[in-house]
Amino acid sequence: MKRRTIKVDYLARVEGEGALYIRMKDGQVTDVKLKIYEPPRFFEAFMRGRKYTEAPDITARICGICPVAYQMSASQAMEAILGIRVEGPLRDLRHLLYLGEWIESHMLHVYMLHAPDFLGYQSAIEMARDHPEVVQRGLQLKKYGNEIVAVVGGREVHPINVRVGGFYRVPTREELQSLVDKLKWGRDAALETVRWVASFDFPDFEMDYEFVALRHPEEYAILEGRILSNKGLDIAVHEYDDHFEEIHVPYSNALHSRIRGRGSYLVGPMARFNLNFDRLSPLAQEAAREVGLLPPCRNPFQSIIVRSIETLHAFDVALRLVENYDMPDSPVVEAEPRAGTGYGATEAPRGLLYHRYTIDDQGIILDAKIVPPTSQNQKAIEEDLWHFVPQNLDLPEDELVWRCEQAIRNYDPCISCATHFLKLHIERE
Amino acid sequence: MARKPKLAVWKFASCDGCQLSLLDCEDELLTVADRVEIAYFLEASRAVVKGPYDLSLVEGSITTPHDAKRIRQIRRMSRYLVAIGACATTGGIQALRNFKDVREFVQRVYARPEYIETLEHSTPIAAHVSVDFELQGCPVNKYQLLEVIAAFLHGRRPNIPTHSVCMECKRRGVVCVMVARGIPCLGPVTQAGCNALCPAYHRGCFGCFGPKETPNTASLSARWLEMGVPREDLVRAFRGFTGYAEAFRKESMSHETADHQG
Ligand code: SF4
Repeated sequence: MKRRTIKVDYLARVEGEGALYIRMKDGQVTDVKLKIYEPPRFFEAFMRGRKYTEAPDITARICGICPVAYQMSASQAMEAILGIRVEGPLRDLRHLLYLGEWIESHMLHVYMLHAPDFLGYQSAIEMARDHPEVVQRGLQLKKYGNEIVAVVGGREVHPINVRVGGFYRVPTREELQSLVDKLKWGRDAALETVRWVASFDFPDFEMDYEFVALRHPEEYAILEGRILSNKGLDIAVHEYDDHFEEIHVPYSNALHSRIRGRGSYLVGPMARFNLNFDRLSPLAQEAAREVGLLPPCRNPFQSIIVRSIETLHAFDVALRLVENYDMPDSPVVEAEPRAGTGYGATEAPRGLLYHRYTIDDQGIILDAKIVPPTSQNQKAIEEDLWHFVPQNLDLPEDELVWRCEQAIRNYDPCISCATHFLKLHIERE
Repeated sequence: MARKPKLAVWKFASCDGCQLSLLDCEDELLTVADRVEIAYFLEASRAVVKGPYDLSLVEGSITTPHDAKRIRQIRRMSRYLVAIGACATTGGIQALRNFKDVREFVQRVYARPEYIETLEHSTPIAAHVSVDFELQGCPVNKYQLLEVIAAFLHGRRPNIPTHSVCMECKRRGVVCVMVARGIPCLGPVTQAGCNALCPAYHRGCFGCFGPKETPNTASLSARWLEMGVPREDLVRAFRGFTGYAEAFRKESMSHETADHQG
């Protein structure tokens, strides 16, 4: 009888702190645990008693990599309660800001966190010694994503310009025009990126996932839509809690999500690509065809190509938004608070991000619930490993460990996000 | 050739935003990587070089018994230790729990409380070990971060201004939002470093860089109340991303007491 354990105590190149534990007996996997020991920060508990206007800024601090996603889901949930809609150029600005975050986050992951796995480097910095131009290109792409966020939002990490109802100040046409040449360069460089990552070697590995993403009638959904899956789910955002549940497992500081009565599912770039391919910009669709990646894509290692295609889409759409921008008269749709419960869901770089709030007639938050993408993907990550490890037992130890890490990094897991919540139930006698 | 100084980046309870600021130095990152050995920076690299380290940057606050132990080990391995960001210098947004009445936190606070280890308070790094420098901000300003790294590598004090955001408004030519627009602003008591970002966007400062040196919080509060800001809003404003910093904590608590009495 041969026992073997794989342990990675500190997972590198993921955002936040996690560990991996796999146990095997006679060539069979007997346990897989993705442990998230990032300390819980109790956002949902301390949000209570804060004002509804504070939710976008406070929840942004759940994650420094995707703060805009939190600001957008939070704002929309509150706007649903107030009964207002943010439309026209204000909505376009939100779309633009969010695309900037996708670019920044995807390019960080593709170039700095994920590509080194495929090419056998410990880090992008090490990779830069052999491939300086490639790493420079990645940094430049990421920088332009950050510049979009900074022009619209004020700064890259935790933008200050987003508020319930819109913005504090909207950019002038000239301010946005300063982005045009950069976006054009970015669009070309993103296409190069798609070609570059498509040339990597991918392990032969597929899973039959349930993909879950927003779907919008015209757009590649990012700001809004219905929640859809490839296995029959088709619900409005406010029905989320009826169809999804969260489980508290002993070894992780992050709750696991599952679809009631069915189990694990996958959110993020692959889910969006498979469900919404027809909504990608024509240029992005063409690039996908050129490199031979068409839905359904079920190999999680190929998510790096999907992220690159989404980045191309983002530059393409951002350019259109910038070119067609007309400065709105008012930066914000004003409204008075009223009591109610509101729901918001948007597509964060890593997938569906759901917020629910209840406020009173003074606008004070009574209850908050936030479900980030990484906690939704945790079960899928573990299931990948249950299947991936037995297929790769002949690999030398270090290589197998590295491959397992890579299998986790396929998801670009954001562990800071996943552990923000752990709800405190305060019981009073 | 002399060996390169070893840089380590550590994370505690945080959002990763401050360490991300280092990766956001797209134009400077490869140069920095040339001058120092990035010995421990898990968000960027799998490779781990053993300590001791010449400079440790620490992000995040201390919220678990395990982390309280870990920060002491890190201190022992580090020649210089710099706390970066509001979490590491003030306890961060998660320190809002510090204001909750502990009696409310009765035994069974979780679905499965036995799975969770957490301390009652979220505290800054300096509450646990000696810290060579504190860089404020939620998030830190990336250029200030580069300045701090450069300073410690050359053995000099970092050049980080400790005056208020108001000074930055003046320098940037931003019209005062309190005077011109009647918007409550924490700028007079908040440390510079953001380049007057919020006022430039017609928004009042919300204190994410924490208190400046010797802030006159009482006089600012009086001004806000005169402007008609409800006391609960004043308390919430001081109790934000840096609310557990001493000056802001005292100010918010003084109004809470006043509230209860009146
Ligand atoms: S200080 Fe703010 S930006 Fe920095 S880690 Fe803490 S929450 Fe994130």
